[in-house]
Amino acid sequence: MADKHKKNLSKYTVDLNMPGAFEGETVTRRRFMNVTAQGLGGIAAAAFTLPALGFALGPVFSREPFEWQIIGRPDDFQPLVYSLRVIALVANVGEAGKSTAYIRKRDPAIDVEPEDEYNQIIALTSRCSHLGCPVEWVESASIFACPCHGGVYNFRGIRIDGPPVRPLNRFYTLIRNGYVYLGPMYSVNVEIKRFSNRDPGQPLDGIGQYLYPSRFSTATLPPTTNLPLPPAGIPAG
Amino acid sequence: MPRLPTPPIPKVLQPKPKRPGQNGNGNEHGSGKVSPAEAAQEAGVTVVDWIDERTSLSGGLRWLMFRKVPHGNWFYTLGSATLFAFLSQTITGVFLAMYYRPDATGGAYESMRYIVDDAFLGQFVRGMHKWGASVMVILIFLHMGRTFFFGAYKYPREMTWIIGVVLLILTLAMSFTGYLLPFDDRAYWATIVGVNINGTAPFLGPYISDFLRAGPEFGATTLSRFYAIHMLLVPGLIIALISVHLYLVAKLGITAPPWTKPDEEPELDVAEV
Ligand code: HEM
Ligand code: FES
Repeated sequence: MADKHKKNLSKYTVDLNMPGAFEGETVTRRRFMNVTAQGLGGIAAAAFTLPALGFALGPVFSREPFEWQIIGRPDDFQPLVYSLRVIALVANVGEAGKSTAYIRKRDPAIDVEPEDEYNQIIALTSRCSHLGCPVEWVESASIFACPCHGGVYNFRGIRIDGPPVRPLNRFYTLIRNGYVYLGPMYSVNVEIKRFSNRDPGQPLDGIGQYLYPSRFSTATLPPTTNLPLPPAGIPAG
Repeated sequence: MPRLPTPPIPKVLQPKPKRPGQNGNGNEHGSGKVSPAEAAQEAGVTVVDWIDERTSLSGGLRWLMFRKVPHGNWFYTLGSATLFAFLSQTITGVFLAMYYRPDATGGAYESMRYIVDDAFLGQFVRGMHKWGASVMVILIFLHMGRTFFFGAYKYPREMTWIIGVVLLILTLAMSFTGYLLPFDDRAYWATIVGVNINGTAPFLGPYISDFLRAGPEFGATTLSRFYAIHMLLVPGLIIALISVHLYLVAKLGITAPPWTKPDEEPELDVAEV
């Protein structure tokens, strides 16, 4: 069988005198069976690997619906004083799904960013934009202070000291039906320009906004036509 | 390749010389009785023979266990120490899983409280797992230091080193995912911070943290996701990679300490590793 390794063999099985060869056949049956068996094995492996991978990766690409929630009446909030509200970020996880927000009325003398219907009430998250610890409003110094690594923010939630990389995240708010509605979170850069919700630690000034693209999973502004009706139980102020 | 010397068989296991008057089958002159100890020994040998005849395992075992190793020092035990720390984590972890409940609405914390306060020996097993985790991380770094300072990462042992680096990363992944499971305040906030740290990786970071949390926020399935990664995914990978790591150690042999003089006649002896 030395000629098996000779160069310039014809590619036709007929020329190679293979038993059962027919005109024009180039793929030997052994090779055909080999490729078929391995291909089927590959398909079988992919049949459980790909769905499992998709199952695990699904949450990265799917967007949870976000509902507006009522946080009070417009008169509950003053321009220069923060009130604290416990809000639900995720349902069905008990305490782990709750967060706190600092809320006040917009004051044109301080809030120089462009005004629209979503920032008549200013709602800041308590989530530190360094790595996500809960910041606390310190009334006497008029700052937000983070217990973890000493991040400090001013009244507008803009970083003035420590490691945070951008201002505190905010929530869209709406005044409808005589109530204040709280919507999804968004991130801002130092000029309070809006970006889709980023995780803490991701800067949005300069090159940062290109290094940290927006995610598929964060809620955009949900429709404002189907706001939940105010329950009769909420006391007015 | 020099022939491997026959492994030393401990005295007790070596066949005893026949007593005078006993021949091959032992019942020609004597009473024909076999003492229970002899019978037990015979049975043991038969079982081992039966298995070996069908699997040929003994050759591989001898290859793995009776190797020539250089005169090292105690630092050479750090790899095995890491291995034992890992085994201890595996055993205690399996039994912790019998009581633990990955339920973010309070069940996880409650099940940990039950393990520590009420379950028999629960505090001990949990303590072993908790402190053993730190021990393993310390040992793996010491072992890495040993192989680094002894130059053991050089040709032909680069693969051993590279697999070691992956093992180090996986071990730290175990630490990170395990830290959340008690689900107390410290666990929760440490995980928030940890997930956000990995979100700061450029370009992919935001998506990796979404993957870890199973969504944009810490949610109902984050805890079970961490639990599955902690007790199934990563341990499986670690076991597979330790196997390859040890195969390479046995195949390539262990490096002699750097102070070994090249012109000396290398003094080899057989040790059980
Ligand atoms: C789960 C973790 C690990 C286990 C169980 C493990 C186990 C072992 C064992 C038992 C040995 C035999 C020699 C000795 O003990 O020193 C060894 C050798 C070695 N390990 Fe590891 N190891 C682990 C992680 C690592 C890491 C993180 C590195 C480095 C990045 C590493 C690099 C090496 C190298 C280069 C050798 C060869 C040493 C020589 O030939 O002298 N290993 N490992
Ligand atoms: S998390 Fe607030 S300063 Fe680090």
